[in-house]
Amino acid sequence: MDLNFTEAEEAFRAEARAWLEANVPTGLPSGDTREGFDLHVEWEKKLFEARWSVVSWPEEYGGRGASLWEWLIFEEEYYRAGGPQRVTQNGIFLLAPTIFEFGTDEQKARFLPAMAAADDLWCQGWSEPDAGSDLAGIKSRAARDDERGGWVLNGQKTWTTRGAFCNWVFGLFRTDPDAARHSGMTYLMVPLDAPGVTVRGVERLDGDEGFAEVFFDDVFVGDDLVLGGVNEGWAVAMATTSSERGLTLRSPGRFCAAADRLVDLWKRRSALAAIGDLAAVGAGDPALRDDVAQSWMEAEAYRLATLADVSGLVEGRSQGARSSLTKIFWSELDVRLHETALRLLGPTAELIDDAPGAVDGGAWMKGYEFSLSGPIYAGTNEIQRNVVAERVLGLPRK
Amino acid sequence: MRFAFTDDQLLFRDTVADLLSKECSPEAVRWAWADETGRRPELWGALAEMGVIGLTVPEAHGGLGMDEIDLLPLLTEVGRVAFPGPLLETTAVVAPLLAENAPASVAERWLPAIAAGEAVATVQLAGQPFVTDAHVADVLVVQHDDRIYAVPGDKLRLTPQQSVDGARRLFSVDFDAADAELIISGEAGWVAANTAFDRGAAASAAVLIGLAEQMIAMTVEYVVARRQFGVQIGSFQAVKHHLADAELKVSFARPTVWNAAYSLAHRRPEVERDVSMAKCFASDAAELVARKALQCHGAIGYTTEHDLHFWLKRTWALSAAWGDAAWHRRRVAHVLLDD
Repeated sequence: MDLNFTEAEEAFRAEARAWLEANVPTGLPSGDTREGFDLHVEWEKKLFEARWSVVSWPEEYGGRGASLWEWLIFEEEYYRAGGPQRVTQNGIFLLAPTIFEFGTDEQKARFLPAMAAADDLWCQGWSEPDAGSDLAGIKSRAARDDERGGWVLNGQKTWTTRGAFCNWVFGLFRTDPDAARHSGMTYLMVPLDAPGVTVRGVERLDGDEGFAEVFFDDVFVGDDLVLGGVNEGWAVAMATTSSERGLTLRSPGRFCAAADRLVDLWKRRSALAAIGDLAAVGAGDPALRDDVAQSWMEAEAYRLATLADVSGLVEGRSQGARSSLTKIFWSELDVRLHETALRLLGPTAELIDDAPGAVDGGAWMKGYEFSLSGPIYAGTNEIQRNVVAERVLGLPRK
Repeated sequence: MRFAFTDDQLLFRDTVADLLSKECSPEAVRWAWADETGRRPELWGALAEMGVIGLTVPEAHGGLGMDEIDLLPLLTEVGRVAFPGPLLETTAVVAPLLAENAPASVAERWLPAIAAGEAVATVQLAGQPFVTDAHVADVLVVQHDDRIYAVPGDKLRLTPQQSVDGARRLFSVDFDAADAELIISGEAGWVAANTAFDRGAAASAAVLIGLAEQMIAMTVEYVVARRQFGVQIGSFQAVKHHLADAELKVSFARPTVWNAAYSLAHRRPEVERDVSMAKCFASDAAELVARKALQCHGAIGYTTEHDLHFWLKRTWALSAAWGDAAWHRRRVAHVLLDD
């Protein structure tokens, strides 16, 4: 057991820290709005130009060939410096691992560099109006078109994050309607400017147009846009969802940074409470102090669990279904952390959008609203608990 | 960076687990409840033979000279079988305390005997009202303010205190000052006592992880075997979610315990924070697992004919001993939040 990073890793950290401290933008509007999205894409391009957008990828695709440890270090530094949520995350963290595993050389060369450079902006198309948690219940179809050498798509995807701003979508389509539930699906990549695609933005709980519905009416895609084998989409998609549940999408850096900000908020609020500021008197409650410590510890526990997981991964021990435990833990700690922050803010918690009386511009309420999506997306935590019970503990499915 | 045990550490752990599963079955725990001393010197001797009892005793005194990173995984196995006996007190707390602080004569007297399995040790730090296993202890290490003493077991006057866990033996202890030999005092005495407390807290966290893991295993076995409404009760989602919650709590408590072991072994400056985090998480996790395990067992778990109650009651005792979750959470809050 050795909890020190190597000199080379610490040098990597120093380089990342110096660059991020000099370049991380402040005060960007939400990336899930039209104007905010464009500013975030500018930031993503800046990251790419300095080769920080996809540090763990091979250099030929725009990365640095960084190890998993260096990737974790980068994430820690990124959120420590106050870096914004990555609007490219569905591409670089979810689709890219799938392309690396299942893509042809042509697909890698075509899609990975453009994704790293934030030229192609990807959203995911899993859920449908009648298939949410029950992903295998999707109905969107891709019919064979031998003449043109491809597939004709019909159907609808929904809850597509940033779908109104992206230019590509990846997802599952039913290619063999007669096959059993988990068979007969194919993983396809679809340009959103293709004829027959209609995108309608949907306002989320937090007021941003972060969701979209995507309609497909006789949309043609060529065979070159099939990822993995025809009718093998379920296995291909599962490779991506385990990334989404596990550590790639939610590195501990984000939660540790939020926990540090919570500690800072507690210090500011309790100082106000101590001088009798009526808007902050609740912050003097010792139970709230315990909750602040608890949230900080949970973020730290998540960091430690990740160090253990990564230690296993680099030695070839895969997380498997335990990634569902990870997803439950980070999503629920994120909610508790923000609930604690709102209670520290008392009557000012409801203020948002830089209202004059808002603390930190209202970011805590916004963060709370965002945290509430965690237990729902990427497989609800109820589904994850079933996965834990059945595939980690071995309870009977039926 | 490598947050994992070595193959040697895992092999040692598996060897100890193997011995304990054979020699400390639930029947042995049931025997310990009923027996007058509740302790089997042969099992203690077998663990000493294997090097477990003297694991933290320096090699010069006949031990293995190992640290918390080697010891804590073994204590998880001790918890898994609900082992009755003061291994935590002897090996995790007293042996390193004597090795680091005792004058040569005291160290010479006790450490080789501990390593050989011939002396059993127990401990009472400030704030600990009762002493475990004082009835079989050859030596008690006791703190009075900044002074830490060693008192021979045959000089102790004992008042038994019945624990809810019948295999755990607790006593109020009294002795004559003339029988107490000073180990250390002053500033160094406080440091020694704090370190001893942190070692006990981290060690009890490791034991709690083992208790919790075993309660989950027993419950999984039960809900797979038990049928109601014509199906295995483990197929019900309500039961699945109880067990998933249990597994979740233990999974994220476990790395905090190994981190505490590392901080103790390397004397990191964050050791108090790390130990308290581990005990807070382990206590909370084991308490929740105990509730879930009992609920999923139903009425059979509510009897003393079933073995589950050995693990429930040890959990209740240990989750409060060496500081409960709330106490340790406040200690972390103090480190984090007080300027």
